[in-house]
Amino acid sequence: MYDIEHYYNAATIAEAVELLKEHPDAGIISGGSDVLIKIREGKMAGTSLVCIRDIKEIKGIQRMDSGDIYIGAGTTFSHITADPVIRKWIPVLGEAVDQVGGPQVRNIGTIGGNVCNGAVSADSAPTLFSLNAMLRLSDGKGGRTVPVQSFYLGPGRVDLQPGEILTHIVIPEREYMGYHGHYVKYSMRNAMDIATLSCSVVSKVDTEKGVLEDVRITFGVAAPVPYRCVKTEEAVKGMEIGEPLYDQVEKLVRTEINPRDSWRASRAFRLQIGGEIARRALIRTIELAGGRCKA
Amino acid sequence: MIGKSVPRVDAYDKITGRAKFTDDLILNKCLVAKVYHARIGNGIVKSIDTSEAEALDGVVKVVTFQDVPNHCYPTPGHPWSVEPAHQDVADRNILTGRIRYYGDDIAAVVAEDEVIASRALKLIKVEYEEYPVEIHPRKSMYGSPHPIHLDKKDNVLARSNYLIGNVEKGLAEADTVVKRSYKTPIVQHCHIENPISYAYMEKGRIVVVTSTQIPHIVRRVIGQALGIPWGKIRVIKPYIGGGFGNKQDVLYEPLNAFLTTQVGGRIVKLDVSREETFCNTRTRHSIEYDLTAGVDKEGRLVAKDMTAYSNQGAYASHGHAIAANGLTAWRLQYACPNIRGEAYTIYTNTPVAGAMRAYGIPQAAFAIECFMEDIAAEIHMDPLEFRKKNLIQGYYEDAYLKPIAANTNGIFECLKKGAEYIGWEEKRKKYARQEGYVRRGVGMSLFSYKTGVWPISLEIAGARMSLNQDGSIQLQIGATEIGQGADTVFSQMAAETLHMDVEDVHIQSFQDTDVTPFDTGAYASRQSFVTGTAVRQCAELLYRKILDYARTLLTNESRELSLDHGYIYAGEDPVISLEEVAMESYYSLTNSSAITAEVSTQVKKNTIATGCCFAEIEVDMKLGKIRVLDIVNVHDSGKLLNPQLAEMQVHGGMSMGMGYGLSEQLLLDEKTGRPLNGTLLDYKLMTTMDTPDLKAEFVEMDDPMGPYGNKALGEPPAIPGAPAIRNAVLHATGVAFYENPLTPQRLIEGFQNAGLI
Repeated sequence: MYDIEHYYNAATIAEAVELLKEHPDAGIISGGSDVLIKIREGKMAGTSLVCIRDIKEIKGIQRMDSGDIYIGAGTTFSHITADPVIRKWIPVLGEAVDQVGGPQVRNIGTIGGNVCNGAVSADSAPTLFSLNAMLRLSDGKGGRTVPVQSFYLGPGRVDLQPGEILTHIVIPEREYMGYHGHYVKYSMRNAMDIATLSCSVVSKVDTEKGVLEDVRITFGVAAPVPYRCVKTEEAVKGMEIGEPLYDQVEKLVRTEINPRDSWRASRAFRLQIGGEIARRALIRTIELAGGRCKA
Repeated sequence: MIGKSVPRVDAYDKITGRAKFTDDLILNKCLVAKVYHARIGNGIVKSIDTSEAEALDGVVKVVTFQDVPNHCYPTPGHPWSVEPAHQDVADRNILTGRIRYYGDDIAAVVAEDEVIASRALKLIKVEYEEYPVEIHPRKSMYGSPHPIHLDKKDNVLARSNYLIGNVEKGLAEADTVVKRSYKTPIVQHCHIENPISYAYMEKGRIVVVTSTQIPHIVRRVIGQALGIPWGKIRVIKPYIGGGFGNKQDVLYEPLNAFLTTQVGGRIVKLDVSREETFCNTRTRHSIEYDLTAGVDKEGRLVAKDMTAYSNQGAYASHGHAIAANGLTAWRLQYACPNIRGEAYTIYTNTPVAGAMRAYGIPQAAFAIECFMEDIAAEIHMDPLEFRKKNLIQGYYEDAYLKPIAANTNGIFECLKKGAEYIGWEEKRKKYARQEGYVRRGVGMSLFSYKTGVWPISLEIAGARMSLNQDGSIQLQIGATEIGQGADTVFSQMAAETLHMDVEDVHIQSFQDTDVTPFDTGAYASRQSFVTGTAVRQCAELLYRKILDYARTLLTNESRELSLDHGYIYAGEDPVISLEEVAMESYYSLTNSSAITAEVSTQVKKNTIATGCCFAEIEVDMKLGKIRVLDIVNVHDSGKLLNPQLAEMQVHGGMSMGMGYGLSEQLLLDEKTGRPLNGTLLDYKLMTTMDTPDLKAEFVEMDDPMGPYGNKALGEPPAIPGAPAIRNAVLHATGVAFYENPLTPQRLIEGFQNAGLI
């Protein structure tokens, strides 16, 4: 039995925006896998909710003529993983969201909810950062588009204004074409867990020259928001594929991330793991690109 | 029927969802109760204001610690003792104003529904006077300004010790002396069904339907807590979703019984949340061990010394019985002329520890079996060889507690099977010197375990049977099915002794203290042994009564009669069907008397079961991850009553053992003693994705004490996994860990300190 005051079901984006304006106290619920937990814990007990899970316009994935990929915010994790566009062009994202919790949660939880919940441990976030994803927000008046990196404000806080809903996540073609990605979720068990630390590496390799042309390394749970290791990226771009590159990434990442000491894991522990998973993720992306690599 | 893998008698009902659990049985609209828990770890309630909660629409009643009966009562699922010196410590009230741990129960709300009850809890205002919190037993035992319980000034609930031979002399003469300390964590049972009960009144009596392992004990404790005659209480136990010892304790049933009396006997449901289950029910004791041992030149143990410090938490519950059980294990199984043991059980401001599968032995076995490994390493001996050199072959008995003995002892056969399965000799050599960051190792450990609680405590069981008109029988027992398959093996036992098919035995699964025979319940791996004895005696009695009655129908028959699968035989010839005999017994116009049998029997026996675990693991040192590649438990539990059920029992135990070794621990906040990870997300119970294929093997010996040659199997499978994994990590990496579980955090620290990464 959940303590919910009022419940409004929206059938369209416009209706959702309207309902949110009419009921400024109401929260948004989509799959409910985060919201219901917060209600049960008492944090959102007594809340009113606007439900967006029946809105068809925000479900599904499309590759536009431009080559940009539009992911509806209401698409569930399991649909993303199984989607042919994702599998063909950005398999790393499908693999990443396939590591959320367990099958039941992946059948109900949505990628939009994952982003708007603002959790630094969200399994989709590091990969969306590494793909330079853009977020399409609707407010009934034309809306706005923002880079995912600026949407995260702090733990559990995102730049979603009252009366706004996230409708699509856009991956521009230039950000994925020619790139390969790999996501490592480091958690304490192999299912039904959240990340202790996570890392998504997306790279572009010049296999002819054996050089790392471009790389983006994003960590989850290494800072209050998902964290791009820009300094490390800049320092290793153009390096030759091989052991010195991997050593450099492992070492630099440890100087760049700033994880917390907590009862879940110590800072020293997270630094050790952080360097190691960045290294392993990078090696995997190079393998995927068909590059020669000595692990 | 014994020794056959007959399907569980409750399998189809449970699989299809027809089986009724407590929450399924609440038919009428019921009230809902919720408990107000303290927000401090130690102190007193200075004032409490419930007026706003009471004013909330839909709230029926609010009670506080000021309203409950003032009777201190004990909670553990032990048989009552008629000797005051052996009675359980009675240190609890239904609600309290003296806060002894974070989450202690101060007040309760009864409301029309769950949401109203939750909202009412938020309206209760409490002011506290706070005392410093003590969560470490080895500090708490020196006393605190405000003793946790007034009658224990030093916070030591109990201490016990023994001395066999002369340990100091033995150590002085030893060739090598090894000293080590080990520590085990607080863990929780994590049964699927949280503790739940509902209570109502009928004809001036209180009825409590509850998810428990021990209905007759719950009835007694409600009587003690409320200060009312025990006959005024009726406890009903439906199917339950696991217990593992947590429900071998009386939890919220006394509160719920009290609440129904406060609302005119209306039905009150008290459904405990998972978070409350972690914090407010029971846990397994964390125990610290200081161990010393001396060995001679041949590697024989000549003296050994154990001091144990057991963290009881805030209330006595099972108390010192847990640490004492480990202390007893210390003197069993390994031959050693000089042994000392000492144990302290200490109150702290932490969640209450009670019974959990294998009752103190997982802790002791972790310490002892890691220690045996470390001694073997110290003297450069193969750890299996070291154990074989020191283990007792054949019969042995306990030095103090008669008649506890290994009447059959299959440990050497178990070790042989386990070593062969894992490829011990080959892999010990193969993995001896490895390079690189990913390494493999094999490890092992073993244990001994008693069957039931005699002579430490009483063993009594009851069974009742009646012959139905169609020649089938009804079987009633006070022992409880808690998922372990008890109903199935009792049915097999009755069928075996009565020479019938299991399908013709109709067992009543629900216990109802108004009607079921007296039995203390499911714990101590006792039921197939103790209740099994009662079932066998009852079946033998019924068998004789059936033949006696048949004899009255066969006046011309002089040959000896017997019963076999529906027929009475005279000599070799079937002479009358059992159904005809049964019909006559019910409806004869001259001689009707339905055939029934009932026994209540005390069992003054005990016998030691044993077994071992062998594990092969791979450690990814830079990620601090252990993968269990292969693992086998080998058990000597006497004759197997149902091999398939036995295997399932072992698999479940192995899963618990691996969780104990690798990931499970309840962490507490240093400042308040509040559980930091009391949820199924943060408490890392193993999932199927973390569990390798499990191998269960057995060494079957007919034990003369068991009613069907059987001895303990319910709890032992959970014992040896954790130390076997720890020892395998030692083999793989050379790094010894002294505290379980071997979490990634602990592994990374250990490997960094050892300079391996």
